[in-house]
Amino acid sequence: MTTTFGLDTFGDVTHDADGTPLSHGQTIRDLVEQGVLADQVGLDFFGIGEHHTPDMPLSAADVVLAAIAARTSSIHLGSAVTVLSSDDPVRVYQRFSTLNAVSDGRAEIILGRGSSVDSFPLFGYDLADYEDLFEEKTHLFAELLKGGKITWEGKTRAALHEQDVVPHTEPFPTWIGVGGSPQSVVRAASYGFNLMLAIIGGHPGRFAPFSELYKHALEKFGHAPLPIGIHSPGHVAETDEQAREEFWPHYLDVIGRLGKTRGFATPTPESYAHEVGPHGALFVGSPETVAEKMARTMKKLDASRFDLKYGMGGLSHESLMRGIELYGTKVVPLVRDMLA
Amino acid sequence: MKIAVLGAGHVGPVIARLALAAGYEVAIAGSGDPSRIEMITDFLAPGAVATSAADAVADADLVVLAIPWHRFGSVEPATFAGKVVIDSMNHWPPAEAPLGTSEEVAARLVGAHVVKTLNHVAYQDMEPAAGRAVGYAGDAPAALGAVADFLARLGFDPVPVGPLTAGRLLEPGSPLFGVAATRQEFENFVKEQQS
Repeated sequence: MTTTFGLDTFGDVTHDADGTPLSHGQTIRDLVEQGVLADQVGLDFFGIGEHHTPDMPLSAADVVLAAIAARTSSIHLGSAVTVLSSDDPVRVYQRFSTLNAVSDGRAEIILGRGSSVDSFPLFGYDLADYEDLFEEKTHLFAELLKGGKITWEGKTRAALHEQDVVPHTEPFPTWIGVGGSPQSVVRAASYGFNLMLAIIGGHPGRFAPFSELYKHALEKFGHAPLPIGIHSPGHVAETDEQAREEFWPHYLDVIGRLGKTRGFATPTPESYAHEVGPHGALFVGSPETVAEKMARTMKKLDASRFDLKYGMGGLSHESLMRGIELYGTKVVPLVRDMLA
Repeated sequence: MKIAVLGAGHVGPVIARLALAAGYEVAIAGSGDPSRIEMITDFLAPGAVATSAADAVADADLVVLAIPWHRFGSVEPATFAGKVVIDSMNHWPPAEAPLGTSEEVAARLVGAHVVKTLNHVAYQDMEPAAGRAVGYAGDAPAALGAVADFLARLGFDPVPVGPLTAGRLLEPGSPLFGVAATRQEFENFVKEQQS
């Protein structure tokens, strides 16, 4: 399977050199520049994760992706993730088939149930229904991807009868983002969707049984082998020390605040040291350190794709641009060598 | 002693694996297609038996509830009488004020001996247990003893935090939730709350 490397972002509001938050508009324009740079440094994928909060204002990621598409020629563009549970699969399909048209076949989509739950109250969904919503909407999305007129009936949206959903498009790579639910792994396999493992805490190696489960389930459902990807947070700078120091205050701030609504613990210097170390899920360090950890994790999980989730609220645009450059020009070539 | 784990999501297979490694017989049950649960069990908790929730509970001495809280209403209470039940669930998203899931569990599962524990440890931090201190709360002395023994055999360091109502001390919003606190920190926090 071809090995590919990408960057994901949640579009956190960036700060200027003095630490003052930039406007949502400027954050989004900076994000377009980051996507363009990702293409220039030879990366394969650039993904934007849907969020609906003042510190992560990327609620309409596909619009930003289209802007990046207009200024790039090779890089694939997609979501990381699209919270399908609280969206309309028909509209999601229309937006991404339009992106596929604009980008001349470079769209990808990663579907998620949503660990970021802000979209549920916003669009009038009950979080208690999130599994059922995702199950049914994934099914409809899979039907839409087959193309042709569609007839469908379910509980979560109006029925479709012989409906021609446009624009017509070639099927684009579709992934399911999995945070730790084995049932989501089996679901991805049953539809023949690629598997994106979101590893955001703890030892990445513990996901190895998920890869085995996925491969077995694909075979059982009669699908050919499909790519397994890894999405993990990180930050690359010239040295380990610089990367760790730049990332820490923002990681503490963002995770500390998110923890209050999602029920996870506030990081400590000890937990941070563990996560950036060889047994943790943060890919923070010099190009050599990050590359070594990426290669080891990809081998362990039999993954052919790695998407580094870069950026953390409060980092500056300049620091992110430098990180993207290092990731594309140093880290990825090193990982390719290590995997060869 | 036979263990039933209800839930084949994030948490259930991890607890099942730990129990298998400690030498217990383990049955695992989840919602949805049993053949999928079987596949998940084969890869994530090999050695456990995938079965229906009713059969798993009926055969078990100790039942671990590792299902999402909003699914608890679909659990059939009848078979639980006389069982030791570990409630590892949490309100999600976190409730404004801790409400005590275990008190609600005990009210619904009439005749069961409910103990609150493991809810405060993230599933990715459970394995290996590595002597990590875990709090447990409950009312029935025999059940508390059985759960402490179970936790210790899994490799945890069980710390009593009081009656079932004290289970709230382990819930989201508590300084003990999600952190690798030591036995001493657990004990100090519990003492502070009592004074």
